Amino acid sequence: MAKTVLQSEQINKYFNDPVRMQVLKSVSFSVDQGEFVAVTGKSGCGKSTLLYILSTMDTDYEGDLLIDGEKMRDKTEPELARIRNEKIGFVFQFHYLLNEFTALKNVMLPGLKLQKYDEKEVEHRAIERLKTLGIEHLALKKANQLSGGEKQRVAIARALINDPIIIMGDEPTGNLDKKNSDIVFGIFKQLAEELKQTLLIVTHDDGFAKNTHRIIEMEDGQILIEP
Amino acid sequence: MNLKLIADIAKSLLLARFRQSLVAAIGVTFSITMFIALLGFMNGLNDLLDGLILNRTPHVRLFNEIKPNANQPINESADFKKGHNFIQSVKSSQGKLEIYNSAAIMDAVRKDPRVLGIAPKINAPVLYNSGTIDITGVVSGIDVKAESELYFFNDYVRVGNALDLKNVNNSIILGKGLAERLLAEVGDIVQVTTSKGELLPLKVVGFFQSGIADLDKVQSFASIATAQKLLGVPNNYVTDIQIKLKDLALAPQVAKQYAQLFQCDAEDIQTANSQFETGGFVRTLISYAVGVVLLIVAGFGIYNILNMMIYEKMDTIAILKATGFSGSDVRKIFLGIALTIGLVGGSLGLLFGFLLSLLIDQVPFNTAALPTVTTYPVNYNPKFYIIGIVFSLVTTYFAGFFPARKASKIDPVIIIRGK
Repeated sequence: MAKTVLQSEQINKYFNDPVRMQVLKSVSFSVDQGEFVAVTGKSGCGKSTLLYILSTMDTDYEGDLLIDGEKMRDKTEPELARIRNEKIGFVFQFHYLLNEFTALKNVMLPGLKLQKYDEKEVEHRAIERLKTLGIEHLALKKANQLSGGEKQRVAIARALINDPIIIMGDEPTGNLDKKNSDIVFGIFKQLAEELKQTLLIVTHDDGFAKNTHRIIEMEDGQILIEP
Repeated sequence: MNLKLIADIAKSLLLARFRQSLVAAIGVTFSITMFIALLGFMNGLNDLLDGLILNRTPHVRLFNEIKPNANQPINESADFKKGHNFIQSVKSSQGKLEIYNSAAIMDAVRKDPRVLGIAPKINAPVLYNSGTIDITGVVSGIDVKAESELYFFNDYVRVGNALDLKNVNNSIILGKGLAERLLAEVGDIVQVTTSKGELLPLKVVGFFQSGIADLDKVQSFASIATAQKLLGVPNNYVTDIQIKLKDLALAPQVAKQYAQLFQCDAEDIQTANSQFETGGFVRTLISYAVGVVLLIVAGFGIYNILNMMIYEKMDTIAILKATGFSGSDVRKIFLGIALTIGLVGGSLGLLFGFLLSLLIDQVPFNTAALPTVTTYPVNYNPKFYIIGIVFSLVTTYFAGFFPARKASKIDPVIIIRGK
């Protein structure tokens, strides 16, 4: 049986502004090692909110979150930062590369922060990942000289640098045209199939979701279909 | 630690906003430059003014004051011991200006480890004779070598050589105002009459200018031997012993001790010139205040620019946090930026401050009161430079502290979701 990487137990979340409103209602599910999971649902159903809680960035919730078997509640801010750095890779809708740095440096930054490997080794690993994604020729370009699709691929390479146990994506193809969407999806698929990388992707693109292993559909802060 | 990485990121952010950072750094540079130049100039001026007094005033002066005898005969009489005696019309007793046993006293003082050096002096009131008129004045007999070393007598001799006083027999250096009144040139002979009626021709070997015009109209200098000859006294006759101490602050204490020990009057410089310290203190205070205000203004500039940078770099901060940088890492990055601005701006400020000081040092400054000064005085005390750089770092640290704290508290979720 595959190891459970991420577990959500009865997570409730409220927004207090302007009025108290429950956005997540007892969300419980788990993701196993090597799964490629899509979270879908209409806009405003709470799927992004859920993702931010799962990513440890949002700590204002009720219930329990376990990453790699560890409870996230009661952890300090630097500890959570460390977990994000080491165990979670992120891909956002708007690429979010640091424009001050080259593509290569962008990929390297989380690796340098982790300090598991020295700078040479981190650079080597970064180039390896860029190669895997077929964009090693962009390594020395500044982030703001890249196209949207290229940026998103660099962002994926960055998510991979520390061999995270899970990659989370928030509408990673939402801002891309069809062609680039397909490329990015292809990469996710390849990561899941070939590298057994665990992936949890929030999307409202049904075509995207259909091709994953498992779909978690949400509505009004609750999980609808959990096969 | 991650310091190298954090420094690297700080550097990149700084260079990405190079112009703004430059403006901020120039603000610091400007204030430190002004701070250094101002303090250097103010303190140069302070030193000059203090020097006017300190250089010419002995720290402790031993002398005999003409005054009534403290032990009046009636007080000595057994019959009148019981009451308090009121005596009227007391006169000063036969004044002996001479310091008794001066040679032994000088020996003893020289051996005192607190003493830097001593210069004996004789003050002789005289009349300068020029044709039909007599001008009253004072001839000071001095030990030229000691006087030059301790009180920079050389500096005030504008014409001629101070050492000629010692080398030429019966020579005199006249005050400039006095020389003008006597129409005397170097090489001329002036007639001097003492209070006892002795007449002595003295050869003029130079002029001096003290900066105090009234003094220059009456004062002249001769060697001790000449003054003794003038007064017709033996060669151990000395009226003043001027003492320069290693530590000025000890003067009152030493004066008190010597007065008791040597049975003579002793006056310390603090009593003689109590006002000069106050003036110097106030001037220093003003220059520090202005310097600090300049720095605070520069600090607000840095605060603004960092705040702006943080608003611009919200995305960057969010992504750094999302990828595992903690709030304290982010804070360090922005503090690093602030301190870099402070360090670079401050160092340049020190350099420009030094150059500006050099420039001020070249500006001509001629005044009759200060014959030895030809340019504006500047003090290059390294203390100001150290204070300057420390101030610049402290100010920029505080200017960076609040924006950095704000940056560290940015919630990445709000930024990422907000798009």
